[in-house]
Formats: sequence, C-alpha cells, structure tokens
Amino acid sequence: MAVANIQVSETPLVLYVLRRADDALILGHRLSEWCGHAPMLEEDMALSNIALDLIGQARELYSYAAKVEGKDNDEDKLAYLRDVRQYRNLLLVEQPNGDFAQTLVRQLFYSGFADLYWRAMMGSGDATLAAIAAKSEKESAYHLRHASEWIIRLGDGTEESHRRAQAAIDQLWAFTGEMFAVDDGERHLIDAGVAIDPASLRGRWFAALSDVVGEATLELPQNDWMQQGGRSGRHSEHLGHLLSELQSMQRTFPGLTW
Amino acid sequence: MATPNTPLWEVFIRSRNGLAHKHVGSLHASDTTMALQAARDIYTRRGEGLSIWVVPSSAITASDPAEKGMMFEPAESKIYRHPTFYEVPEEVGHM
Amino acid sequence: MYTQALNTAESDDRALEDAAKAAQFQARIDAEERIEPNDWMPAAYRKTLTRQISQHAHSEIVGMLPEGNWITRAPTLRRKAALLAKVQDECGHGLYLYAAAETLGASREELVDAMLAGKAKYSSIFNYPTLTWADIGTIGWLVDGAAIMNQIPLCRCSYGPYARAMIRVCKEESFHQRQGYEIMLTLCRGSDEQKAMAQDALNRWWWPVLMMFGPPDAASQHSDTSTRWKIKRFSNDELRQKFVDATVPQAQYLGLSIPDPGMIQDADGHWRYSQIDWTEFKQVLAGNGPCNRDRMAARRKAHEDGAWVREAAAAYAAKRGQRQSAQAAE
Repeated sequence: MAVANIQVSETPLVLYVLRRADDALILGHRLSEWCGHAPMLEEDMALSNIALDLIGQARELYSYAAKVEGKDNDEDKLAYLRDVRQYRNLLLVEQPNGDFAQTLVRQLFYSGFADLYWRAMMGSGDATLAAIAAKSEKESAYHLRHASEWIIRLGDGTEESHRRAQAAIDQLWAFTGEMFAVDDGERHLIDAGVAIDPASLRGRWFAALSDVVGEATLELPQNDWMQQGGRSGRHSEHLGHLLSELQSMQRTFPGLTW
Repeated sequence: MATPNTPLWEVFIRSRNGLAHKHVGSLHASDTTMALQAARDIYTRRGEGLSIWVVPSSAITASDPAEKGMMFEPAESKIYRHPTFYEVPEEVGHM
Repeated sequence: MYTQALNTAESDDRALEDAAKAAQFQARIDAEERIEPNDWMPAAYRKTLTRQISQHAHSEIVGMLPEGNWITRAPTLRRKAALLAKVQDECGHGLYLYAAAETLGASREELVDAMLAGKAKYSSIFNYPTLTWADIGTIGWLVDGAAIMNQIPLCRCSYGPYARAMIRVCKEESFHQRQGYEIMLTLCRGSDEQKAMAQDALNRWWWPVLMMFGPPDAASQHSDTSTRWKIKRFSNDELRQKFVDATVPQAQYLGLSIPDPGMIQDADGHWRYSQIDWTEFKQVLAGNGPCNRDRMAARRKAHEDGAWVREAAAAYAAKRGQRQSAQAAE
C-alpha cells in the first residue's frame, strides 16, 4: 500500500522555505519524543513547549511553501509525503536525542543560530517570511535562553554531567557548519532581499556560543571539518527512521482525512 | 541512591497590567533561574501572564491557623472602619 | 486528568486523635469550610488525601505514556500539535497535583519513589495499550470524559489545595474531550476502514473505562469516610451511571455501537449496562494488565536516566550559592 511521494517544484523560494520548514518540523519531532520521558516533569513541560513552537513554525512555513508553489500541495502533503531524499533539513536537527546533554547541545547550536537568523529575517522583503520571522524570533530567543542555562548547569555541574556535555559538543560540532552554507538559488534570494546571508551571522553566533560554553567550563572543538548534505537531501541514516514513524499513518492509509 | 530533593518554589503571576501578582501554584527547580523558566513553561502556556515572581517556599512565613482568633477576630468588631457604618442622607448622593 | 477510587484498607488511627479537635474539624467540613495545609486535621484525613492526590498525580504522569505513544505518529500536523499539547497538559496536571499532595507533608520525591517502587497505585486505565490512531480519539472522548465526571465534584473537595488544583485542571482540560470526540467524528465520517478502526477502539476501551470509576458501591470499603470528609461527593456507581447516560447518545451520534448487547434504557431514561468484569479490574490493579510492566519500566527509565541531570542542577546550584556567599564576604 505504498503511497507515491508528491513532486515539489522546487523554485528557489519554495526550496528556501521548505528547508526552514523541515528544520523546524524535524527538530520539533525530535523534541516531542521526550514527552513523558524527561529528567523531571518541569523539563517535560519545557521541551514540549519548544517542540510546539517549532511544529507551529513548520506549519506556517509549509503552508507558505505550498502557496508559493501554487500546486495541489499543503502542509500535510509536504510533511508526510516526501521521502528522505526530498527532505531539506539540516543534518544537525535530525541527530537522535541521545541523552539530555545531546538534546540540549543540539538545541543550543540550533537556537543560537535561529535566534539571530529570525531576527535578521524580520527585515526580509518577503512580507510573509518577515511575519513568520517576527513570531519565530521571540520563540527562538527563549529556546536559546533555556538551552544556554542548561548547558551552563550541565557543564559546571558534576563530573558526569560535564563529561556528557563535552561529549555532546564533540559529537555534534561537525553539523554546525551547514547552518551557514548558501547555494546559488539562495544567493539569488539574498541578492533580492528575500533572504539574509547566514554567513553574516556566524561571528555573532560563535561569540555568543563561546560565552555560554566558556561559562559552562566546556570547550568548543578546534576541528573545523563540517558535514554537509541535508539541504540537498543527502541525510544521515537517522532521518529515514524518523520519517517512517512520522509518516506511517499517511503512508498506510493513503488519501484519507484524519 | 535516594533521590535528592529539588527545592520547592511558589509561583505568582500578574495576569494583566494593573493587577497584583497572584499565587498560582508551585514547582520544583534547582535555582532561581530555573524556577523562573519552569514557571513560564508551566503556568503561562495559555497566555495567563505578563509578569512572574518565584519565591522559595521555605522563604514564606505563614500565620498559625491556631492563632486565628487572636490574629483576625479583633478586626471584626471595628465596624466603624467600613463606609456602611455611617449614615448619609440619600439626597447627598454617592459619596 | 484522571482519578480513580482505589480504596485500600487503612488503619483506623482516628481514635488516637483529640476527640474535641476532631469534632471541630468535622463541624468545619459540614459548614463547607475549606481545610488549608497548616490547619489541624485528623491523621487519617491527611493520609487519605495524600494517597488519593498522589495516586491522581501518578495517573496523570503514567497517563502520558499511552497517548505519548502516538505523538510521533499523529496523522496530520494539526493533530500532532494538539496531541502533544494535550499530553503536556497531563504532565502539568500531575505537577499541580504533586504540589497539592506536598502541602500535606510528603515530598514529590517520596511520592514518586513510592510509585516507582510499586507501592502506590495509578489509574487502571493506563495499563491498556494504544494500538491505533482511533485509540487516541477514544481516550480523549471516553477516558477524559470519565475523568471529567470524577473531577468536577473534586473542585469542591474540602481540602483547599486539592480543590484549587482541580479547578485549574478542569479549566485546562476542557479541550481534551472535544479533541478526542473530534477525532472520532472524523473517523466515523471517513472510510469504512476508519469507521471500523473507531468501532474497534470503542470495543476495547468501553469496559476498562467503566472500571475507571472504581469498584461498585457495595464493595467499596472507605467511601463513607471520604464522603463524610467531603473529599468524595458522589459514589462510584452514581458517577459511572452519569457517565454512561452522557456517553450513549454521543456514541449514537457517531454511529458506533456500545459493546454491551444487554444494555437497555430504563423507564427513567437511564442506560443500564451489563455486569462489569471485576476480575479483570482486580488483575489490572494487581499489576497484571497488558501494559503494567511497560508503564512502570518507562517511568523508571525516565527517572534513572534523568538522575545525573537532576544531580548536575543541584551541584551547580550549590556551587553558585557558594560563589555568591564568597562574593558577599569580600
């Protein structure tokens, strides 16, 4: 009963919006996996809030991508009927939750970027993206605050938490470079004032991150080899499993209303 | 290993500008920063607040219910503190 | 938000209390006064409430698991967000309830440890598996529906912190049952396969949901005391009947059949259900339901896996406290 994947006409703008939508959905999905299993009830609440913010961002972005594409697609088709090679998210966000340190380091890396990114995107010449940015910026700012406070506590907590936090940083560092990469299609959007150049955020991202990591008595790796591929659908092995779960209902029961 | 107890906090929220902070509930957190974050995540999910206070529960000194008589009953007889104690003719209007 | 009457025998230590104080206490209850944490209360009242509120809290937290089982598989993004928000609410409700229980003198850690050690109970309903998406609709519709029947009277419970927690819970919970019913309605208006899925879920959940109200009044050991203390305002059977009467028309609207061929409507309009299989209820409470072991294992794992995080937060707080006092001393 396999269902065919939808086809998406990936014009530069559609692709650009899909990439951000996929980031938000996949990270939101990952965080939602914690619900019921967090280290304390207060964190079940916090991680669920972040997941809900991200799923909300994803829905707005998918709807906009579908509108720009102007075909028969909608938020659910875009989320549930594209396979792993059609997904455009960063490799970082699809990395498994691992332990609490890994989840929070992933969040720190991403939210540190998203906070700056959405703030800059509030000035986008695209009114819809600017509006989504205005909402997402406030959410991301809180996600960053939450993750930073935790990393400081894990880094400067016990020997074990320090070790785990450092291991998480070392594990995930190579996935951070992709956030700042730009391809030709995006370059056109940047030149047109629709998108912002993420490379311009890198210095501030690194400085803010260094402050948090320093306060946490942790270290950022010197290694600057960065993994790429998520933006063009070359993912880690983890994403396929996530999608098989995420999409199981739509794939098993094609074309129904839920 | 026995679970270490995480401190308990009382949460107060100002729901609208102009209103006082009101006690809404409690939570557990290791320190003030985490308590404030948790209060936001637990008690303002439906737009309930504009401002949050968190106070360690241990910092609250409460009156003893056994002393209720001594503490609060003496005020009950001071009816002259209330406007209804005084008679003003209706013609004078609202005062 | 779920509560269940899980009456267990308790020692009658009321005899040890000062009789005059006890009479005064009862007079306050009779006058519909609220009892507050620092007020004098009979030890048995404290014990009964601690047990009931903490069981209620455990139920909320364990109750996150069967529904949480579908968060990652919800069929649309709208459903996913709603389900996650709902399960998160259950967590919040557990949290409010632990806090209410803590006002009686137990710490959350003690209460949680008792549950993880298998010494405290939680609602039997969460020991059943969620097999299809229709189970999520059915839980919202029936399990939350039953919970609401139980909880609305608890908003007037004699113990202030419990009553206040329940008011907050009932307010937040108002979307849960609607969310569930909407899922069922969508299924019942959908394909034959979807309707069958809805009926199958109702078939599996109906009887366990009726058991949620607790043992029949005739077998309930301590309802009397709870009623006298105004912790409980309706009997198990009264609430169960109220639930059935409210639910049957809802099922009819969906076009689903209640899996009770012997059910009849009496002259007063009440729907009379057949005999409930109390053996199954006892087995589930005794730990032999289909998911008891999985639920406990999941909670223990979350607790154990999170220990180092809680320790780190505590260690950091201690260090920060030391640094602040060192700074103050300079």
